[in-house]
Amino acid sequence: MKDLAGLDYINLRMGSWLGWQIETNWTNLWVYGLYSLARPIASTLILVLIFLVVPQGKLEHPLFVYTYIGNAFFMYVYMVLFGISWVIHEDREHYQMLKYVFIAPRKMYYYLAGRGVAKLAITTFSVLVTLAFGIWVLKIPVDLTEVNYLALGSGLFLGLLCIAALGVILAALSMVTAHHSFYLTEGIAGLFYLISGAIYPIDVLPGWLQTLAQAFPLTYWIELIRRSMNVPLQSQVLSVYSWQELFLVLLISTLVLLIASHYIYRIFERISVKYGLVDRLTNY
Amino acid sequence: MNPELKTNLKAIWGRAYVRVVGANREPSWIVSETVLPVLAVAAYVYVYRALNPDPLFTSLVILGGAMSAYWMNILWSMAMQFYWEKEMGNLDLYMIAPISRMSILLGMAAGGFFFATLRAIAIFVLGIILFQAEFVVTSVWKLFLLFFLSMFALYGMGMLFSSIFMLFGRGAWQTSTLFQEPIYLLGGFYYPVKTLGAAVAALGSLLPITLGLDGMRQLTLKSGKTLGFLSVETEILILVGMSVVFLLAAYYSLLFMERLGKKEGKLSLRWQ
Repeated sequence: MKDLAGLDYINLRMGSWLGWQIETNWTNLWVYGLYSLARPIASTLILVLIFLVVPQGKLEHPLFVYTYIGNAFFMYVYMVLFGISWVIHEDREHYQMLKYVFIAPRKMYYYLAGRGVAKLAITTFSVLVTLAFGIWVLKIPVDLTEVNYLALGSGLFLGLLCIAALGVILAALSMVTAHHSFYLTEGIAGLFYLISGAIYPIDVLPGWLQTLAQAFPLTYWIELIRRSMNVPLQSQVLSVYSWQELFLVLLISTLVLLIASHYIYRIFERISVKYGLVDRLTNY
Repeated sequence: MNPELKTNLKAIWGRAYVRVVGANREPSWIVSETVLPVLAVAAYVYVYRALNPDPLFTSLVILGGAMSAYWMNILWSMAMQFYWEKEMGNLDLYMIAPISRMSILLGMAAGGFFFATLRAIAIFVLGIILFQAEFVVTSVWKLFLLFFLSMFALYGMGMLFSSIFMLFGRGAWQTSTLFQEPIYLLGGFYYPVKTLGAAVAALGSLLPITLGLDGMRQLTLKSGKTLGFLSVETEILILVGMSVVFLLAAYYSLLFMERLGKKEGKLSLRWQ
């Protein structure tokens, strides 16, 4: 617990700075800005087209705003989760300097979290552009003057901590898996996309998946974000919770995940050192 | 057998072997290549189900999801591979080996195709079992022809990309990322490409997988030709042309990029 309480701010700051440099300095800022928008805009347009292709669909469908907001904020899950966990493969196999980070007298846990901070900044830009596109171009019914900014801000903060903890757990798993576990990260993000109800009410899921969805903290996070933006309720299952209750569930689960991520990380770190996996190359 | 041909055939087998056997030494592929891809596709199935219970849309998504395995493979295991090899220091060895560089690319394609097929089959089979996706094949031979022509053209395109990416710096990673969701959008992986309108669908059809997927949907879904962009026969003809063009383009591009790389001293330049 002593390790957990002793936040390594220097490592967090250096990890963030390094992450930002790696992410952005391969090109100029304008190209980078366009690049960081292409993926989120494309995934949003895929959903728009799905609504247009179905006879009962159309953008005025009450589910559209629900889906749109959920999808916009889910970008944080994909980008931050991926940003943190991919560090292991990138540093181990591409730059081949993970072993040096390991032997440096700083805590790796905060280095990983710091690398996630860079992704967080970039994703915030993408989320804001996606929301602006939805409100002003697609005319989704979100009134910015009616938003509960307290719930939105506090929910967002807790949700991001929760995603960071999940990212560290995934990074820990990446330490003992081969390079092809890039697909593992993609797949885990896909699993979260499926069970968090990001793009549909969890009520459409079969019973066992609904149970899984209700045990997953990010389900409450996305619902809390929607409530704070006054998006009409679509899920009967989650409608029994007030926004304060959603917040409480999220708070408790985030704390549990943060503590768990710390210990899970340490276990996998020990395994990777013991079996000599810190500097292996599996890029076939 | 001609010794040169024999050496090149061995090189193809050798490069494919590393992928197949190497991955099998890591059991994590079973989860990452079979179960997890289905979950990502499932999310789109449930969006359709929330809007309309017609099983046609489920089948449409499952087929698109299965074919996305090949596109992912092209991006991350073909286009990026020479770049990765350069970063790891293997590219120099390929260059001095007494074999055609095309053999290395063909070996990579064969090994990659094997794994992408496993992933596609997993999505397809689990999609049928879990979501009751329905497929009615109207012409088996046309389906096989369309699929294999799409694959020839697609892997030809992957080989072309690989030679181009070889000289990329760190932007290679970002370029590949850029070709993921935007291509899912343009290629109509989760809806009929026809929905995009003729002009954008034609642009998307520059990718062999767009035409292959569109034709396969016409041949396997109950909607038949109604959701199709072009007729299956036209798509087959275009894919034949694409297969030839991409393979030739890959060959000449590889020669050009190799020469350029040697001239500019970029073939062993790492981490830039």
